[in-house]
Amino acid sequence: MKYVDEFRNKNLIDKVLQRIKEIMPSAETNIMEVCGTHTQSFCRFGLDKLLPENLRLIAGPGCPVCVSPQEYIDAAIQLSGEKNTVILTFGDMLRIPGTASSLEKERAKGAQVKIVYSALDSLKIARENPGKKIIFLAVGFETTAPTIALSIIRAEEEGLKNLSFFSALKLIPPVMQHLVTDRRLKLRGFLCPGHVSAIIGTRPYEFIPRTYGIPCCVAGFEPLDILEGLYILLKQIAINKPGVENQYMRVVARNGNLKAIKLISEVFKVSDTYWRGFGKVPRSGLRLKGAYSKFDTEKVFRLKFKTRAVKLKTRCRCGDVLKGLIFPPECRLFSKACNPQNPVGPCMVSSEGACNAYYHK
Amino acid sequence: MCLGIPMKIVEIKADFAQVETGKLRRTINIQMLPGIKTGDYVIVHAGFAIERVDPGRAKETLRLFDEIR
Repeated sequence: MKYVDEFRNKNLIDKVLQRIKEIMPSAETNIMEVCGTHTQSFCRFGLDKLLPENLRLIAGPGCPVCVSPQEYIDAAIQLSGEKNTVILTFGDMLRIPGTASSLEKERAKGAQVKIVYSALDSLKIARENPGKKIIFLAVGFETTAPTIALSIIRAEEEGLKNLSFFSALKLIPPVMQHLVTDRRLKLRGFLCPGHVSAIIGTRPYEFIPRTYGIPCCVAGFEPLDILEGLYILLKQIAINKPGVENQYMRVVARNGNLKAIKLISEVFKVSDTYWRGFGKVPRSGLRLKGAYSKFDTEKVFRLKFKTRAVKLKTRCRCGDVLKGLIFPPECRLFSKACNPQNPVGPCMVSSEGACNAYYHK
Repeated sequence: MCLGIPMKIVEIKADFAQVETGKLRRTINIQMLPGIKTGDYVIVHAGFAIERVDPGRAKETLRLFDEIR
């Protein structure tokens, strides 16, 4: 496949690995990959076995369903039980355990829960089911936000009245600011998410090296992309010149996709929101605004949706995994009480969840 | 979730396009990419083309790998 195979070339991989070894500092060096797809690639290609031992790659909060707080999952489950509702969701949400149930369990009991591939599918389903209230679980980061914005605009143009969007959309740079100030992590660099950056560009990360002196590099998802991204970060550390570099320049421009950014700001306003493990992160979420707020599920169903850090009843440590404070195997439940067949927390369900990726390593 | 696959635009019809990679064919929305043409490669995410792949810059990246020594 074009733009895939050539970025998996073994000779080039060996070459980059050699260079990484040459410039690797002797001290333990912590680098966080903020994107779940990076964690997934990293485990899938076994890159950790090829890298120096003192280079520690820490998975961050890069899995959208994982960072959605328990209250969001519980509210979605509750909505699935309301009369005449149809819940539409991306696949990995289905099995996320809520406090008492999951969407998958509710579906088995007769609730209408359907998996869709794209937010646009919700328009077709709303059109075909005029007597039903269609609810789309809008979960994702900046990559997904414009696809949902465009679907909402098209729903408005069509005048659809039985469709709403339950937003758990989240923004990456604000949560990175939260992470960079956590001294326990001892972060020396961020591998920034390639497809979030395709939308927002590289500028939104510039405060990180400027204010905190921490290097950033946007990287693609093939093995060579990730390794080169790490090499670029190590080089910045070695010469002590932190900045934002762009390894994924075939896709990411400094200013991002302006059309997509415009779509996001037309439909959404930035708001404070809750992340699993983190609690409230200021200005890190997207809510429907203005004329589009009539499509907001929270308004349509008058949800009394309290997002406070609820105490979980299990000993699941997803929150600590998402904050990079522990590696998945450090959780007592990992691969014992919690596994992909019987997940206790969301990080074991989603293929982008760090626990799931480490389980399949 | 932020998974995106490079796919080739085969045919454009208004706001939508047929894309393919290997044997996989899909219809996707292209409203986020004004000026996109048949033959271009785009990153496809959740049924939308979110950005084009720049062939010159892809070549440049590969050349840089080769120059790392």
